[in-house]
Amino acid sequence: MDRRARLPSRRSLLQVGAALAGAAALPRFVQAQSAAPVRLGVQVHLTGIGAAYGRWYARTARAALEVLNAAGGIGGRPVELVFEDDATDPRRGAEVVEKLATQAGCEAIFGTLFSNVVISSAARAGELRIPYLVCSEGHHVASGALNRWTLQPGITDVKSQVIAMAPWVAANLGRRVAMIFPDYAFGHDHRDFFSEAIAARGGEVIARIAVPPTETSFTRYLPRIPRDTEVLYHVMVGPSVLTFVKELGTFYGRGGRPEIFGFIDSLEGVDIAAPGLAFLEGTHLWEGQPRYLQPDAPEHETFYRASVGVGDSGAAQEDPRDVSTYAHMFSVWETLFVIKRGMEAAGYRGPADRSALVEAIEAMEAFPAGREHPQGDKLFNGRTHQAFGHQHISKVEEGRLAVVHTTSIEDGLYPDEVDYTTRSF
Amino acid sequence: MALGPYLLLAAIEGLVGAAVLALTAVGLSLVFGVMRVVNVAHGAFFMLGAVAAWFVTQAVPGPPWVGFAVALVAAPLSVGALAVAADLLVLRRLDYAPEPTIVATIGLLYILQALALTGFGPDARPVPAPFEAVIQLPWFGVSAYKLAVVGLAAALLGFVWLGLARSRAGLVMRATRSDRAMAEAFGIDTGRVYALTFGAGAALAAVAAVLIVPISQAHYLMGGDPLLLAFIVVILGGLGSLRGTVVAALAIGLGDGIASVFFSPTVGKIVATLLVALVLVFRPQGLFGREAA
Amino acid sequence: MSGGRASLALHLGVLALLLALGFVLPPYPHANLARVMVLAVYAMGYNLAFGYTGLLSLGHALYFAAGMYAAGLTVRFGVFPAAPAFMAGVAAGGGLALVVGVLALRTTGAAFMIVTLMVAQAGYLAILTFGRVTGGDEGFVLERAARIVGPLDLSQEGPRYAAALALFAGGLLASLALVRSRAGRVLVAMRENPERSRMLGYDPFRWRLLALGLSGAFAGAAGAGYALLFGYVGASFAAIDHSILPLLWVLLGGAGTVLGPFVGTLVMFWLVDAASGITTAPQLVVGAALVALVLFARRGLMGSLRARLVPWLP
Repeated sequence: MDRRARLPSRRSLLQVGAALAGAAALPRFVQAQSAAPVRLGVQVHLTGIGAAYGRWYARTARAALEVLNAAGGIGGRPVELVFEDDATDPRRGAEVVEKLATQAGCEAIFGTLFSNVVISSAARAGELRIPYLVCSEGHHVASGALNRWTLQPGITDVKSQVIAMAPWVAANLGRRVAMIFPDYAFGHDHRDFFSEAIAARGGEVIARIAVPPTETSFTRYLPRIPRDTEVLYHVMVGPSVLTFVKELGTFYGRGGRPEIFGFIDSLEGVDIAAPGLAFLEGTHLWEGQPRYLQPDAPEHETFYRASVGVGDSGAAQEDPRDVSTYAHMFSVWETLFVIKRGMEAAGYRGPADRSALVEAIEAMEAFPAGREHPQGDKLFNGRTHQAFGHQHISKVEEGRLAVVHTTSIEDGLYPDEVDYTTRSF
Repeated sequence: MALGPYLLLAAIEGLVGAAVLALTAVGLSLVFGVMRVVNVAHGAFFMLGAVAAWFVTQAVPGPPWVGFAVALVAAPLSVGALAVAADLLVLRRLDYAPEPTIVATIGLLYILQALALTGFGPDARPVPAPFEAVIQLPWFGVSAYKLAVVGLAAALLGFVWLGLARSRAGLVMRATRSDRAMAEAFGIDTGRVYALTFGAGAALAAVAAVLIVPISQAHYLMGGDPLLLAFIVVILGGLGSLRGTVVAALAIGLGDGIASVFFSPTVGKIVATLLVALVLVFRPQGLFGREAA
Repeated sequence: MSGGRASLALHLGVLALLLALGFVLPPYPHANLARVMVLAVYAMGYNLAFGYTGLLSLGHALYFAAGMYAAGLTVRFGVFPAAPAFMAGVAAGGGLALVVGVLALRTTGAAFMIVTLMVAQAGYLAILTFGRVTGGDEGFVLERAARIVGPLDLSQEGPRYAAALALFAGGLLASLALVRSRAGRVLVAMRENPERSRMLGYDPFRWRLLALGLSGAFAGAAGAGYALLFGYVGASFAAIDHSILPLLWVLLGGAGTVLGPFVGTLVMFWLVDAASGITTAPQLVVGAALVALVLFARRGLMGSLRARLVPWLP
């Protein structure tokens, strides 16, 4: 597909090369036969600051692949995954998309998490005209900043998450909120969307504490939290998250503290029973999917948990110290099954059907809860390329996370900011 | 919070950062001063110290302080030995030429990071503090361990200073630093001095990391910041001046803490960064340097 | 002087080879080579300051980013079309390097390294904190429509390769001309013996400033070219490791050689890519290769070639 698109423009540029270019256009491998495996690329943060997430994303993708192939693959064809590390680096991300698309011969690419990597890679995927499905929870897809080829069907975006939870925070924890967040785009999204959402409920953000992204110690920023704060809202990302939470605990010490509401991102991959975290008892956290097995967990949740090899407390079955990124990694699993459904709906045979695959996904409206969507049912907006699901608010009780509130999907809906279906491929 | 307590908190935080930074920077300064090479792998040695502390505390049974005490000795020794090996196998064969040494130590940094990634993994892992106690002030709590870090680092720095000023090893090192050819003429095996200096520098980075790791976790990419800050501190303090290095570490650590009180955090960082540049523009030899660096 | 003619033939030969490769390479190496050629311009600029003039800067990412954001932002907000935006990028890189140089060149050696490092770090933090304009760490994408220069759609593989080659050829021939000119010899003299050059009446400050400004303009051109050719602008191009990379590329390829920066960039790119295919810890392979290279070819690949086999190599 892309090779054919390349040549005419090159010929128009340098006519002298027409003969040579013709030679290069000879296909180097025969088109895949209908029984040949479907190859999908997984762009994964195996090294760099996203590596703790990437490792679990890769593990979840492998588990999903096994389930998918055991059930007959896609349209009767077995599926192969090609994993490629992008070092959590936007520069390398674009090259990885290139490698998966043009060298590994993948039909579509999925799995990217960090939003800066998503944006640089999506630009390249758009040029290469390959479906690019991200598992990032960033608002970049639904904001219209990306392109027709980029979709996020596996996880709710941060804007929707925040909008869905703000009413509960205002009603149950308090209305005067201090926010502490990393001073870059992900943190700014939280700042902007939450400020707006809490104001709509009669609340107010009384302090916005942006922590420099290069920071590895946090105590010095904590005195900026005003005394009359009712709720402290925290979200942190990266290897220093445990330091942040521990220092928060030390700072409040045995003195009084406001209610604390955080995003599980601040503790993702971290054992909440770690020394120094006892103060978290009684605080609340957002979870995309509950890390601890809940008493009323449906069959598809336990099936998913067992398939990925995660125990009841959210850690690897073989090593209880190895805590998973449970609140995010379901997105990889669900995205793979969305690709399956899309390819089967589009009658996908090869790269020529890539745009048909995107259109097939755009035509989807809902994903029912079940083994293919273990986090729960979702609505999918084909115009904004974004999925919307349920969110959970959990309370730390006796060192475990217990779900105390689950939002409805409608709580997190907002007006469309883009209609990708009107854009060209 | 009122300005007084806020400043107190910022000062305590700054002091902890400064203490660990000074220790790391003195290690870099030794290597830079004696061998005249920029050791880009210094941060990787720091990281290895923290990783070693994690392994040691996992392996040693008993209360946390036992494991910590073992790590405080074992981590710098093993990291120092590794550095000596790197010196003998690689740097010596480059005759310490400045530019090839930069490439070689970047290579070493990559190798050590990759080994840590494979053997230790990509996660940030906590190391238990030797004791957990919070000193409750009227306005906020302070971790007692943080205060202990300041004391331990100061003691270690005093020890290094004594060693350099009073011991025969220190004398030999200083002689090699001021004139290698002359030192050789006096029968000093400067090759051995170089190897041991490189090892000692790495060991200092490792011991600094053991001190800080109960506060900030071991992670395979944690060496970047300490390397940069130590490098800045060494040059800002004035090459070859132990006193300058310590003063600069205090200035950077405390300045960073205090600036965060008065500026919005990231703007504070920008201001502090430019300030360091300006100081060097008008005093290129550093605060306590004697000659142009 | 036959060396002069031979070196001209060699460099034109390299350009001809790259032109030919543009027609025969399969898609993946084709796109990578375009990327390497743009980054090589950055390395060539670094080489002017470091390899020829002896200025070890640790802050060149600032000039690369200045070019990238100047071109990217002007195109994004519709100030200029792509071609003048590219020129804005060159001017931003060169201009910023001159401004930093006026202050930083009061220092030498290690202090110069720190001053350039600090200023670049301040620039990086500024990009992050002014996210509403710059897009912060996420950066932004340049739409295809904004990346059309005359008949060339730079988002298409063919025109992209051609534009990268043109940029590279410009950088390479400019470096070659500079190195062979009187100015180039003055710069080398500055590196080798500043005192003597001063006595001969050359003002070291002005010559170094000139070298740094040119170097910054190269970096700015590479940054602007990268933004327009690959359609993405982001803060990671302003981070510290993006300042260290050109130093590494230049030392690997051979500091003070005209082709060294390209060779170093190419080899490093290939190493990272190949290693990531065979191991989950590619850094291990890259690190070992760096140590081995420096042990066996201390002056870098082209530098060692010049020392042992081809003495006329510029």
